[in-house]
Amino acid sequence: MTAVSLSSSLNSAKLSSHRFLADRNTIVPLRDLIRGSSLCSRLDELRGRSALVLTRDQLSAALAMIELDGVCRRLVLWPSDLPAEQVSSILATASIDAIVSDASGVQVDRAVAYFVSSGSHLTPINFRERGSHRTEWILLTSGTTGRPKLVMHTLSTLAAPILAGVTVTRDPIVWTTFYDIRRYGGLQIFLRAILGGGSLVLSGTDESTTEFMIRAGTNGITHISGTPSHWRGALMSGSARRIDPQYVRVSGEIADQRILDDLSQCYPRAKIAHAFASTEAGVAFSVEDGLAGFPTSLIGRPRADVAMRIEDGSLRIRSTRMAVRFLGEGSKSLTDNEGFIDTGDMVERRDNRYYFIGRKDGVINVGGRKVHPEEVESVLNSHPAVQASLAKPRNNPITGAIVVADIVLTDNVTSRIRASKELNSTGALKTELLDFCHRALQPYKVPATFRFVESLAVAASGKLLRRNA
Amino acid sequence: MSTRSVILQHFEDVAKEQDKELRPLSDDLPLVDTGLDSLCFAIIVARLEDELGSDPFSTAEDDSFPVTLGDFMRLYEHTAK
Repeated sequence: MTAVSLSSSLNSAKLSSHRFLADRNTIVPLRDLIRGSSLCSRLDELRGRSALVLTRDQLSAALAMIELDGVCRRLVLWPSDLPAEQVSSILATASIDAIVSDASGVQVDRAVAYFVSSGSHLTPINFRERGSHRTEWILLTSGTTGRPKLVMHTLSTLAAPILAGVTVTRDPIVWTTFYDIRRYGGLQIFLRAILGGGSLVLSGTDESTTEFMIRAGTNGITHISGTPSHWRGALMSGSARRIDPQYVRVSGEIADQRILDDLSQCYPRAKIAHAFASTEAGVAFSVEDGLAGFPTSLIGRPRADVAMRIEDGSLRIRSTRMAVRFLGEGSKSLTDNEGFIDTGDMVERRDNRYYFIGRKDGVINVGGRKVHPEEVESVLNSHPAVQASLAKPRNNPITGAIVVADIVLTDNVTSRIRASKELNSTGALKTELLDFCHRALQPYKVPATFRFVESLAVAASGKLLRRNA
Repeated sequence: MSTRSVILQHFEDVAKEQDKELRPLSDDLPLVDTGLDSLCFAIIVARLEDELGSDPFSTAEDDSFPVTLGDFMRLYEHTAK
């Protein structure tokens, strides 16, 4: 099964009248797209162009993506949080000659490209001519520093993990995701909905977690995905029970045992899966046994679509789902000599499982000894009083750096401390956390100090914001 | 609590946490002979920064590293003033 283009997959299917795309304001039945266009009937003018989809809201982007796949030579997806000053360099690097925009507020010199306005309103069209292009999909990676990388996929690399695992169900699937669908993790969910016969509820810009969960519940979502940080936020907001999903997918950050347990407790009838993917390497695998890490049997076993190996502790992946290449002059090669992508995600073997321990580039150097902040967080997060945590380096005159931690306590513990007359109750808790860490970690990995905070900053990508050392 | 007693308290706490035997402390005791290792000192400095709001190592005009416990005390007492 291969998808020729997104719009043809909707035309050819016996399109159920129940299928829809929705955001905060609008619900668009997918069937309306057969005889309607969100591009003011100017689809033909975009044929063969390299188009930047520069919209504020995700629904306009979703509709444009369905219409333009196969029609444009190249589609560049702009996540709404990207700084506007990046536009001009991306226009040049991707040779963009058309911009599809909903007046997002991002200023672009109109001389450089052809403008087509889009939105979530459909105008009637008589006939949709088939696209003839094998469209290049360009994703912008959320680098923590500097310019985003431009990563080239095609519909077949993007759809490979979906088509491999499509299960036909009788009940309608309604997906939603905390992610922006213009990033890899969110785009996967968008494609899952479109190609997998489902519907999709999109999150809104500036929408609170509680508002989003209530709306997702009202729309009857059955499948949902997000990062562990997204999920901790949802569990903390008290609104997680507004939905009743069958399938909960965790990706984008390390899924520790605590978050998997919390989710299965919150959603007892749901299947809880955690997946490993990156924009460059694509989806490598998903794990559905409810345990953190992944079975060692996944490594080295030749699979038709994904091969994985571990080199110097770092996971390398070669698959039919990985990107085609980086776009841009002087960009480095995507793969090593044998076609493997180094993900930079470090793993450690314990018994018959591999566990992710952190990023290669995120290591904290404590007097020459390496600490992965994620390992420390995983221990902290397993303490019953801790809802979320961030381990980070602090400069130190003796060891160069030392580990310190910010901690968000669970609501119960926070209110108990507030109610307590005992001034020392936070001190006692810090001592307890310290002992707890000492039992599980080597001494140099134990945070020197703890700070209790109200919340932790999460980047637009849904990942915990880390300032790299 | 005086800066001095705050510092002494941290020496004791960290020694206990790190399972180190602390020698009897006196001003002329070299830091290397206190029974604490460099990780212990790193932790003490980090906690003192939180508690006293200063890291005299980054602000000290004099680059020489404290050698004795007395040097260490003076470094913090000097910054606190």
